Parts: sequence; structure tokens; C-alpha cells
Amino acid sequence: MSGGGGVSLGRIGVMISWLKRRPGSEPQKRKRGSLVAWAVLIVGVLYFMVPLVATLLFSLRPTPTTLAYTNVLADPKFSGSLLYSFTVAIITIIVSLSIIVPTAFWVRLKVPHLRTAVEFVTLMPFIIPAVILVFGIIRVYSAKPFVFTRTEFGSDALLVAAYVVLSFPYMYRAVDTGLASIDVRSLTEAAQSLGAGWPRIILQVILPNLRTALLSGAFLTFAIVIGEYTIASFLARNNQFGVYLSLLGQNKAFEPAAVSLISFGLTWVAMLVIAFIGRSGREQVQVGGAH
Amino acid sequence: MSFLELTGIQKHFGTTVAVEDFNLKAEAGEFVSFLGPSGCGKTTTLRMIAGFEIPTAGTIILDGGDITHKPPNRRNVGMVFQSYALFPNMSVADNIGFGLKVRKRDAAQTKKRVGELLELVHLGDKGARFPYQLSGGQQQRVALARALAFEPEVLLLDEPLSALDAKIRVSLRTEIRAIQRQLGITTVYVTHDQEEALSLSDRIVVMSEGRIEQIGTPFEVYNFPTTAFVASFVGTLNVLPAVVVDAAGGRLNIGGQEIRISTKVEAATGATIALALRPEMVSLGEGPAGSNVVRGTVADVSFLGSIVRMKVSIADGVLVTLDAFNEPTLVLPKPNESLAISFPAEGPLVLEAQPVLASDLLATEA
Repeated sequence: MSGGGGVSLGRIGVMISWLKRRPGSEPQKRKRGSLVAWAVLIVGVLYFMVPLVATLLFSLRPTPTTLAYTNVLADPKFSGSLLYSFTVAIITIIVSLSIIVPTAFWVRLKVPHLRTAVEFVTLMPFIIPAVILVFGIIRVYSAKPFVFTRTEFGSDALLVAAYVVLSFPYMYRAVDTGLASIDVRSLTEAAQSLGAGWPRIILQVILPNLRTALLSGAFLTFAIVIGEYTIASFLARNNQFGVYLSLLGQNKAFEPAAVSLISFGLTWVAMLVIAFIGRSGREQVQVGGAH
Repeated sequence: MSFLELTGIQKHFGTTVAVEDFNLKAEAGEFVSFLGPSGCGKTTTLRMIAGFEIPTAGTIILDGGDITHKPPNRRNVGMVFQSYALFPNMSVADNIGFGLKVRKRDAAQTKKRVGELLELVHLGDKGARFPYQLSGGQQQRVALARALAFEPEVLLLDEPLSALDAKIRVSLRTEIRAIQRQLGITTVYVTHDQEEALSLSDRIVVMSEGRIEQIGTPFEVYNFPTTAFVASFVGTLNVLPAVVVDAAGGRLNIGGQEIRISTKVEAATGATIALALRPEMVSLGEGPAGSNVVRGTVADVSFLGSIVRMKVSIADGVLVTLDAFNEPTLVLPKPNESLAISFPAEGPLVLEAQPVLASDLLATEA
């Protein structure tokens, strides 16, 4: 029995190996794999595209079909809020970069053991909800000695400050990843040995090599600021794009869909700009290569 | 006063002592190498000269001025790094001209100087390229040109050839030495490669565990090592246990066989001492009259191209390594073959006069 069993098992083994060797079995597997990949891709595209197409169709419903778009573009509040949010976003990016870049650089160069602690601090906006943050801001900066909320400028400054905090997790990670891709210590020391001081090192040696990372951080910050509602609403910044969008949704049916698509388009344009600038970058680094 | 003087330099990182009582006087135009294994403190010492580390104690004098606490960007010291550290966002010409731009030299002067240096490092046509478009050897030449562009008082090189392959390493080290000689710049070179240090340097500082073991010319360090560490680290060396038979007469016993050495033995009769013997000092056969002759059996024969390395067991656990030039007439002995080997009385060197354990002494290779 055992011998017979051994023979039959042997035959099965031979058959399996023959099947494995059979011409066309590998291409068939590959074909199955590519079908699965296509299916996943189609599901993914549908998942993202269906809501967009639905929004587009909804935004085209009144007649003439472009009415929602012409209404939105003709509304001075639309361009006003967009301009306001753009300005706030740019200032936020500048302030955030001027805090995060020197911090991340210094942490990597001088106090690498504090990296986890700094990373944790920058994650705080994920832990503390925006509504808690804005209430804290209002409470602290509405009373003496720091009365900021009584003036437009003061409230705008608080809005920027809050957005700078919100940008920390994205900006720090982007800059830190950028710093990890270059030999910060050697580049800094090389610049120092050539006579450069700290401002020149940061501006001429470190920053240009972080271009893609800085653009990524800036873009994420930009996206957060443009769509942010909670903080702007509680600080009564009705000019903010997110607040405008919300107010528009309360009074109009088709225009919010048009505005959503316009902001989506702007986001894509920003991403393409980043991709283009990043690709044309010349920051390939080769360290210690043997040739 | 010497051009570069390091006096009583110490560097502690917390409780770890990285450099201990380091003293060195280098003359203008001298090429000094710091040689030692990883963690011996050679790079830390170099970084203290560059200003990237501040000594815990001691002073660094450069051309008569105390630079111990001067920031690195005010020292006028050029440095070449193992990882090249070229600025990836700048072209080769901009990299070389960076130090001149920092010093606010005018554009025409900078351009001229950059051109000169590109020629010096044989990269005359590569000025517009970016670092990533160059090979490792070319990148290191750019780094050298960049470090020399602003005419520093001292050139520091931190294992600049370690990341390169063997062939490029040899050609580039010849270039580095030629450029250093041409410019007459005082140079401090850090390496763990004894061949590099021996071939490049006017003087070598051999370091171990944060301390200087020996300072000397390559000839002195190789032929007259003063400590067992130097002897074993620089070159291939036999370290043999020897029992003193007659200290005054230089008579010793290795592996039960008596030999005579020409150097003085400062140990009592019957004491065990460590004896250093270079493989190239040992020959197959009984040698000329007056040679020390020792008998043993062949333990191993290795063919290394230009030389053939043999290991001969002269007693239980005592191996003598010897090198023979690879000549067509050379008859290679077979393993386990009994034979005689010989060396002159001037060959062995007494490393330590203190008694040592015979079990600690084995033939070592650097």
C-alpha cells in the first residue's frame, strides 16, 4: 500500500511539475494578475470619479448650463474670499517655513535625540481638535494683556497663527523627510569650512536642496488653509473661502457644487505646478558613491 | 614655533574619552597623516583642528594664533570630506567658487581662480556640470579644488578616498600628494589605511584609543615601531614570544630554538618578551653565514601575486609568516614539509621588555 501510495503521490508530483512547466501557464497567471490590477484600478477610478461627475452634473442643472459658474465667478465675494484665503495661506506658509525649517535643521544637526519629542509636539494639531484650539485662542487673546480679537488685523493675525499650528504636522514631516535625503551635517560643515555663516548655510546650501520637500509642505498647508472652516468661523473671518463656501451652501443649490469643482481644479493646478517644479529640480545627491 | 601646534589636546564626550593628551607640531608645508583603527580619535582630532569640535582641554595654534575656540567659518582651514559633501544644487564651478564668494572676491577674480583649480584637478571641461553628473573620483577632485580655492592655511582631509574603488584610490592619492607638493600647503590627512599613510605622508601619527602611539616618518614607523600596537597595525608582522637566554649578548629562545639579535634586551634572563619580525626579513633556507636559522614545518602557502606568503610552524602554536618574491625559479614548499628559515640578527625588534603571556602572542596581520 505504502509503495503504491508512494508511486501515486510521485505521479501527482510529476503531474504538478508538468503543469507548472506547461507552456502558457505563466503567461496565464500574469494575465489573471493584470485582470485583477485592472479591476482594482477601475474600482478606484469609479470611487473618485463618480462623486466628481455627480457634482459636475448637478452644477450644470440650471439653464443655461453654465449659470452656476457664471453666478459664482460674477460674485465679488467669491474672488474676495479666494484672494483673502490665498493671502492668508501664503503668509501661513512663510511663517510656518521660517519656524519649521530652522527647527528641523537644528534638530537634525545638533540635537537629534530630541527629534521624537519635536515630532510629537508638531503632531498636537491631530490630537487637539480645531474647535478646542480656537476656543483656547479666543479665551487667551480676548482678555488683557493680549487683546487681539477686537481688531480686524488682530483677528487675522490670530487666524494665521492658528493655521501655522495646523500646518506643523505636514510641514515638519515634509521638511524632515527632505533633510533626511541630504547629508545635512556634511553639507553644513563643508559650508562652514568654506567660511559661510548660518544665514548663508540655510539660504544657499540647505533650502535649495529642500525645494521639493518645501513645495510639498507648502502645498499641504495651502490646501488646509483654503478649505478650513472651524477656526475661521469662530474668529468671524467670513471672508475665508471655507466659510464663504458654507454660507453659499445655506442659500444656493447649484453654486456650491460649482465652487467645489473650481477649488478642486485649483488644487490640481497647484499639484501639477509642484510636480513640474519637482521634476525639473536638479537636487539628485550622490553620497559616497564608488566609481 | 611650528606652523600648526596641538598642545595637550583632550576631548571627552560625557564619560567617554575620545582624545587624550594629544601633542603635535607640524611645520609649514608638511603632510601629516593620522593613522589608526576606527574609534581611535583621529577624526575627532581633525574635527577639532577644523573647529567642528571644541577641545575639552588644550590649545590649537595655527601660524602663531590661537584658534582653539574660533568658529570653523573663521579659521581659514580647507576640508575634504569622505562623503565629498558637494552642494548638489550648485554646478562644479559654483561649488569651487563658493568659498571665494563668501569672501566677497570679485566675479572676474573668482572665475579665474575657479578655472585654475579646475585645471589643477584635471576637470577643465566639467565646470558647468552638477555633482550628480560626475563619478565618485571626479566628485572628490572637485571637493579638493573647492577646499583649496580660497587658499587656506591648512588642508584637512578626512578619509577622502574611502568611498572610492581601489584603482581610483591609488591614482587619486598620487594626485593629492602631487598637488600638495605643488602648492606647499600644510596638510593633515586622516586614514585607517596604512598603505595610504605610508605612501603619502612626511610624518605619520599612529593613534590608538585616543592616544598617540608613535609619531615618525613612514620609514621610522614601519621599520622601528615603538609599541606592539604600531608594530601590529602598520604592515604585516610576526609577534613571537621569546625567552631571554642572555640579555647582554642578545641571545633569545623562540620555540625552543636559540637565536641572536642585534638590539639591546632590557629584561632579566628567563623573562618572556615580545619579538617583532617582518615577513620580508625572513628567507627560506639557511641564508648567509651569521643568520639566525630556525627549523619548522610548513603550515600554509598562499599565492598573492607578486609575493608568496608562507606560514611556518616553529613550535606548538608559534607560526612565523614569511614572504618570498614570486620568481619563475621559486620552488614552493609543500604543506607539512620540514624546512629551515633564516633571518639576520638585525631583523627582530624587541617590542616589550616586560614579561608577557606567550598565549597572547601570535603572528598578526594588519
